[in-house]
Amino acid sequence: MTYHNRMKLEFINKSENESFARVAVAAFVSQMDPTIEELIELKTALSEAVTNSIIHAYDKSQEGIIEIYCTIKEYTVQVIIEDHGIGIEDINKAREPLYTSKPEQERSGMGFTVMETFVDELDVQSLPGEGTKVTMKKTLNRDIH
Amino acid sequence: MRVSFETIDNILIAELDGELDHHTAKEVRDEIDKTIDAFFIKHLIFDFKNVTFMDSSGIGVIIGRYNKIHDMNGKVGVFNCNKYVDKIFAVSDLYSIVDKFHDADEAIKVFNK
Repeated sequence: MTYHNRMKLEFINKSENESFARVAVAAFVSQMDPTIEELIELKTALSEAVTNSIIHAYDKSQEGIIEIYCTIKEYTVQVIIEDHGIGIEDINKAREPLYTSKPEQERSGMGFTVMETFVDELDVQSLPGEGTKVTMKKTLNRDIH
Repeated sequence: MRVSFETIDNILIAELDGELDHHTAKEVRDEIDKTIDAFFIKHLIFDFKNVTFMDSSGIGVIIGRYNKIHDMNGKVGVFNCNKYVDKIFAVSDLYSIVDKFHDADEAIKVFNK
């Protein structure tokens, strides 16, 4: 029998929830006994995706929902960050290093690059007007567990 | 996140303490910009020693300050970056415009030349 566990988290598009999401997912993943490195890398990638949803998905005056689905299967953790906001017109362009649609807010355009750097697999699905779903997977190093 | 400051001649050292993300970035840049203007600062050095978390929002904070300082012919440096912060700066090619130092003394020596 392989180990299996999952959880779902839902919160509104407030920037205060960026740190909440990081802490909540880290606490859930802790049962896998990750290294500090693995935990920080996952938290950083997650933070980028949640921040993207908070900044881009919804109009600031509008209350929007962001959902996180976290699944553990043996040594692999999968985190899905989903919003139901404006969506991304051109995903390839959005994933390009240094591309940002909000330079005036001092956004660096490095969010997706940082996600790719810190997790093993990254998939972005989006439909304009429907929302965006970012799926990241990270397998923990088995040798040390 | 808390920011504390130290000035040496026209160099400002900004010590960051806590988590630097999109939520905290705004107050960090406001604090630093206010201090740069108030003390006629030329060069800016970031001390990352007590930064417990940073995502790409940190790059935006540094590049924004770089633009301000660079306009006044000043330079920007960082030191005490942990390996995660360092990796984020490296993948974003930040070190092509911002100098990485071992400590404040080295930064001050280079910037005071």
